[in-house]
Amino acid sequence: MTEQMDILANLFVFVLASFLGLELIRHVSRLLHTPLMSLTNAISAIAIVGSLLLAGEHHDDLSVALGAVAVAASTTNIVGGFLITERILRMFRGRERR
Amino acid sequence: MTIEQLTQAIYVISAALFILALKFMSEVRTARWGNWAGALGMILAVGGTLLRPEIIDYRWIAAAAVVGTAIGAPLGLLMPMTAVPQRTALSHAFGALAAGLVGTAEFYLRGPGLDEFSMTVLCLEVLLGYLTFTGSLLAFAKLQELIPTRPIVYPGRNYISLSVLGLGVLAGAYLVVNRGPAEVFGVLVAAALVFGVLLILPIGGADMPTVIAILNSYAGLSSAFMGFLLDNRLLIVAGALDGSSGLILSILMCKAMNRSFTNVLFGAFGQVKVEAAEKGRTVQAYTPQDAAAILETARSVIIVTGYGMAAAQAQHAVKELGDLLLSRGVDVKYAIHPVAGRMPGHMNVLLAEAGVPYDLLYEMDQINPLFPETDVALVVGANDVTNPAARTKPDSPIYGMPILDVDKARTVVFIKRSLAPGFAGIDNELFYLPQTMMVFGDAKKVVTEIIATLKG
Repeated sequence: MTEQMDILANLFVFVLASFLGLELIRHVSRLLHTPLMSLTNAISAIAIVGSLLLAGEHHDDLSVALGAVAVAASTTNIVGGFLITERILRMFRGRERR
Repeated sequence: MTIEQLTQAIYVISAALFILALKFMSEVRTARWGNWAGALGMILAVGGTLLRPEIIDYRWIAAAAVVGTAIGAPLGLLMPMTAVPQRTALSHAFGALAAGLVGTAEFYLRGPGLDEFSMTVLCLEVLLGYLTFTGSLLAFAKLQELIPTRPIVYPGRNYISLSVLGLGVLAGAYLVVNRGPAEVFGVLVAAALVFGVLLILPIGGADMPTVIAILNSYAGLSSAFMGFLLDNRLLIVAGALDGSSGLILSILMCKAMNRSFTNVLFGAFGQVKVEAAEKGRTVQAYTPQDAAAILETARSVIIVTGYGMAAAQAQHAVKELGDLLLSRGVDVKYAIHPVAGRMPGHMNVLLAEAGVPYDLLYEMDQINPLFPETDVALVVGANDVTNPAARTKPDSPIYGMPILDVDKARTVVFIKRSLAPGFAGIDNELFYLPQTMMVFGDAKKVVTEIIATLKG
């Protein structure tokens, strides 16, 4: 019973977050869609949480190996994603006041 | 407070920061805070996870983090802005691979003990993770032009693709009922990997903006399913945010091309036969000096740029021309079609990199009413998005696609390498209109010559 409640609570969170995401993204200026994508791309590397647990729990060699590759892959995504978003955003400048 | 509670509290803050990050992205003014908020949220998520007592061995984590940083930092710091789409695709591949691998390990560690719901989300995570992995790698290869960008098609491709997907779904259903065996899980993984390839092969370069957005959505959903499996709400929130972001962007891209999702995925656009220019129609070629003479007297100019400008490395020359006109008191605006460039918003980034102030960049809906009052529309490296056939010729493959109404300007100066058709493989009506001046040549060279003439 409690397990089913957990599932429902998780679905609840998923649905609310999805609608919140739709609302937030709808208001992002088209100017910024490329940095938006590199930002959400970096955020989607949240899979690193599962990867860290796998690599750190040390069940057996195979799971550690899979976990370590997953940590490396998601770190690539996180580091590259936030750095390039910063680089892109620094390029957007308004007209200089003369 | 127990460590578990502390971790959960950190996760709540992290989720809030991700939401704020997207909120800040709504405006250029606050966008950089958005990126910082996202990065801080990610640091907290990682830190909170490392505190958890389950983690007993940090050696492999440290080594993997070093490797990941060594690959990720150059990808983030050195990739040129023209290559941002392929970097994004490659990055999707990495993120999706991580989700797929975690799902694989969870199956083999806990597979038989999972309930139906957990097994279902595990299968979905693995399916989306691996298909996004190979699909993104292929998208990367196409964007980087390691393989041909044109659609690769073969007879019965949709049946083959759907059969492979069906096989994966069947394997997943079998696993949900029986919690095994590993061989069936292998079938699921293989089907997902193959389907990712089959999904992207028939998609042409023009549809890449949509495809990258869809892959973004899949990578996010894969993380969200991992959240269900691990009972981790931070993963669910972050994954759902990404999933909806990719979804909205791909819908916007589809609308901008007047096409449906299924048409993008299964239609193999660009497959239309290249129609030869209708006979008897000739194009009058002008010189850069003629174009300069027209610009000399213009009071208002709208510059329309496409990916061809970036391919010719002409963005800095175009910016210089724009500045020169501005300094002479000409009203200069830049018009950007939603699918200009190779990912959503790409053209804005390319022009921003060249130093064009973002408040001179106009979206299609804002700029279209202004063309009739404009002296010169200067088209550099764009083609299909200016083709009036989209409005007038019902049998044209791009009929119904919203376009920039450059043909309504008093004069159109169209810089083009040759008469070759654009991505869609169709002739452009605009070339034959009396008010159009075609200037043939390399975009950078032509623009530089125009500048020299204006200055001279």
